[in-house]
Order: sequence, then C-alpha cells, then structure tokens
Amino acid sequence: MLRLGSSERRNLRLGLFFISPWLIGLVAFYLYPIASSLYYSFTDYNVLHPATWIGLDNYSTILHDPLFWTALGNTLFMIVVGIPIFTVADIAVALLLNTKVPGQTFFRAVVFLPTLIPVVVLSILWERILDPQAGLLNNLLQSVNIAGPGWFASLTWAKPSFILMTLWGTGNAVVIYLAGLQDVDSTLYEASEVDGANWLHKVWFVTLPSLSPVIMFNVILAIIASFQFFTQAFIITNGGPINSTLFYSLYLYQNAFSYLHMGYASGLAWILLVITLGLTLLVLRSSAKWVYYAGK
Amino acid sequence: MQANEVRLVTTGAARRRARRGPVGWKVTRVVALEALLVLMALIFLVPFAYLVSTSLKPENQLFSRSINWIPSPVRWSNYSDALNEFPFLRYFANTMIVCIPVVIGSTISSSFVAYGFSRIVWRGREGLFIVVLGTLILPYQVTMIPLFLLFRNIGWINTFYPLIVPAFFGNAFFIFLFRQFYLGLPSELSDAARIDGCSEVGIYTRIVLPLSKPVLATAAIFAFIGAWSDFLGPLIYLNNADNYTLSIGVQQVIGVEPHWTQLMAIGVMMTLPILILFFFVQRTFIQGISFSGIKG
Repeated sequence: MLRLGSSERRNLRLGLFFISPWLIGLVAFYLYPIASSLYYSFTDYNVLHPATWIGLDNYSTILHDPLFWTALGNTLFMIVVGIPIFTVADIAVALLLNTKVPGQTFFRAVVFLPTLIPVVVLSILWERILDPQAGLLNNLLQSVNIAGPGWFASLTWAKPSFILMTLWGTGNAVVIYLAGLQDVDSTLYEASEVDGANWLHKVWFVTLPSLSPVIMFNVILAIIASFQFFTQAFIITNGGPINSTLFYSLYLYQNAFSYLHMGYASGLAWILLVITLGLTLLVLRSSAKWVYYAGK
Repeated sequence: MQANEVRLVTTGAARRRARRGPVGWKVTRVVALEALLVLMALIFLVPFAYLVSTSLKPENQLFSRSINWIPSPVRWSNYSDALNEFPFLRYFANTMIVCIPVVIGSTISSSFVAYGFSRIVWRGREGLFIVVLGTLILPYQVTMIPLFLLFRNIGWINTFYPLIVPAFFGNAFFIFLFRQFYLGLPSELSDAARIDGCSEVGIYTRIVLPLSKPVLATAAIFAFIGAWSDFLGPLIYLNNADNYTLSIGVQQVIGVEPHWTQLMAIGVMMTLPILILFFFVQRTFIQGISFSGIKG
C-alpha cells in the first residue's frame, strides 16, 4: 500500500517533469495574459500612460459603438453565408476524392496545394484574380459576355469575394472529411445496396449521417476561424469599401495597434471569446438533433 | 413459334444487358467521375498558373483585357528585379532566422511534453490534457494584447524573440499529434527498458523519439509552414525594415507602390520552397493529418 503510494508519487513527479515546459508556457503565454487582458478590459489604457480603472465603461461604449455592430455583422455574414457553402463544397469534393479512380493521389494533392500558399501571397494573388478591370475572373466572365462585378471594390461583392477566396484554400477541411469517410461502416453501404439504394440514397441515408460528427467538428472550426479572419482583409481591403469588410478581428486590431486603445480592444477580445464560446455551445447543444453517433 | 421468338428476344436482351449493362455502366461512371475530378483539379490549379503567368509578364500587359497565359515576351527579369529592388535575400534570411529555431523548438518540446501526457500514468493527466486542447481553441485575440505589452516591457519589440521563444514551450496541436502516436505504441516497449534500468528520459530519447520520425516530420513541416507564412506576429513585433520577414516585407511594398508582376515573382519564390518540401514528405504529411484528424 505504502509502496503503491510512493510509485504513484514518483509517476506524478515524472509526469509533471515531462510536461513542465508546457506548464511554464501555460502560465506565461496563456494564464497570465488571459487574466491581464480581463483586467485591461476594465481600464482605459493607451500604453503611454498607466492604465486607469474605469469599470464597465469599455463594455457599455462597445455596445453603443456602431462600428462594433458593423464588424460583428460582417463576421456573422461570413459565418451564416460562408459556412453552409464551405460545408456543401467540402463534402462534395471529399466524396469525389474518395472514389477509386486513376490519379486519386494526384487529385488529393491538388486540392491540398492552396492551403500551402503563404497567406500574404494568397492575398496578393486573389487581389489580382478579382481585379475588376483586368483580373482573371472578370476576363473569363467577359469571354462568355458577362460583365463581372467589382469584387473587392464593390459594397455587395466584397464579402462574397472573401468567401470565394477562402473556398479555394479549403483543403484542410476536405482532408478531415476524407478521413471521416474512411470511418464510415462499409456494412451499412452493403445493407443499403441489398435494399436497392442508389448512389443518392447512400449519400443521404448512410454517408451524411455517419459523417455528421465530422461535419460538426468542421463547422465549429469554421466558426472559430471566421472570428479570427484577419490577414486577407487587412492586406486587400483594410475594411473597405465603406466598412463592408471591417471584420471583427480587423476592428479589434485597429483599436489595439492603430489607435492604441488597449483597454477597449481587450473588451472587444472578451466579447469575442464569449460569442465564440456561445456559438460553439449552441452547435454542440443542437448536435443531439442532427449528429449521429454510431454505437451510442 | 411466336412465343418462342418472344422468349428468344427477351433472353437476348437480358443477355445483352447482362453483358454490357454493369460493365458499360461502370466504364461510363469512371469516365464521368474522372471528368469531374479533372474539372475540379483545373479550378484548383488555375490560380497557380495565373500566379506564375503574371510573374512573367511585362507590367504593361497586366491591364490587358485578354488572358495571355504565356506572356510574350517572357519577362524573366521580374525575378531578378525582385531580388535586387525588393530585398528578397535579406527578408529570406530573416524568415529563416525565425523558422529554424521555431521548427526545432516546437517539435522537440512538444514531443517531450506529449511523452508525459501519454507514456506515464499519473493522476490529473487527462484533466490537464483537456486544458491543452482548450488552449487550441482559445481565440488568439484574448492573449494578443497582454503578450505584446509583456514583450514590450522586456524590450523584445523589434527582435525575433517574441516569434521564437514561445515555440520552445510546446505547441498544443503538436502535443496532441505526438500524444496520439505515443498512445499507439505498445507499453511493453517501455516496460522492457524499465526492467533493464533505463531511466524515463532514456526511454524517451533512445526508444520513443527514434520511433516517432513520421510525426516529427509532420510537426516540423507544420511548424515551418506556420512560421514561414506567419503574418500577424511579424506585423505586431517587427517594425524596423531591417528585421522584416518575407510576409511583412511584401505587405509593406503593396502599401507603397505595387509592382504587381514583381510581387507575383516574389509570391512564386515564397511559395516554391513550401511546395518542394510538401512533395518530399507528401505521404507522411497527409497521413499525419488524417490520422490526427478526429480520432481523439
């Protein structure tokens, strides 16, 4: 008994020794910054002068700040319009890549390639592709006699342009869907074939239900990513035209590093955290209705 | 007689259906799928072709209404101009100064920490591992401002330290990757070594680490791509042109005077190293991702 206790203690010490780099990092790069960001959110702080406590003022100012609502709305647009499009397209591509045809490895690599492009290069490339006057897409559209829109320069098309661009770099989600497809119980396909199911039946009644936990996983990742969407917008539009691409992260960055409103930006960060958590919980809570867990 | 004929016809049709039907249908199906896949591959590849094509255009052809896939004349000097006018080599060197320590630091520390989270049994292990996963989905905006202020207070602004040092304290995603792999190794491996009097650190360095080459490679590539493409970090911490990495260097140029063709040449040169790396380790890489995907 005593021996067991001492070996347990020995293991605890060893375990903590091995994870100690992470523990130190946790305190220095997570716990301390989280706590101090919460503190700053209750202060007026512009870096040059010491922070002064102002209680909930930042939060009440944020709630009355029209640009906050614009930024939140723009980000929600990316979530509500973008994520359904991503989900359908990603699953379709994954299903295509899952078929056993010649060149499978090649096609899989091709879909993954855009995720490797550095985001700065991605941004300048798509700025050219979607150039209203002489960009690739409008030139292609013109060749079939369609006058293309102004894309990033247009109030209506700026956000869809970012969705289009994100759609091209969607390989990571496709890889996760592909992995999920490998886990679909093949006896379900055989059983449905016996019942005379065609391809569409199999996708609808076997593949999608089996894939639903993976869909949920990817939707949550996409929600988190939407709230962190920054670099592309910072480089290409910097919020324009007329704030139509002022996304949440961009507005937060501007407050922190352009206007040096560190306290205000910290408040924005905490609201972001709460909204992200809330949306994630909402998806998790709704999962009982649409996610199918095999064997549970 | 008539009945006989009818029977002959039906059996003939049945035979024909039996002979041609499934096989013919299968061939059509494969051809249709292959066509769809080729179309899809084209959509994913065309932006790459446009990147390369634009990087070789004379600047005046940039505003042409027709897409000249093969520019005439091919302007190779866009590349030499990029090397001369844009300090490509300087920024490249800076980027590597960040990338190399990040790759080494994050892979080694993460595999070490993951050992503690998988090969040693101790109380509280699973609970702390949930904290590891929690840091993965924590929005970076929450810690961004206090970390900036922290690094500013210790005089690390305009140095590479804020981009390098945190990598040495484990990366949550890599810890997850390594842990998945280590959990799959038979416990007899460690038990035998323990009986022979090998210390836990010895088991890690001599047995477990050499076995984890595929995961090491995957994590190293991820770390390299992450540091190579990182934008927000250099944007916040580097504000002296001598210290710019490639990402931030490109962004600064766009703001001032965008020579698009030259920028595309830089884009090609920034993307190529990653693509080459990807082709070398493609198989391990895709395996690494799909295996880490959801089976947590």
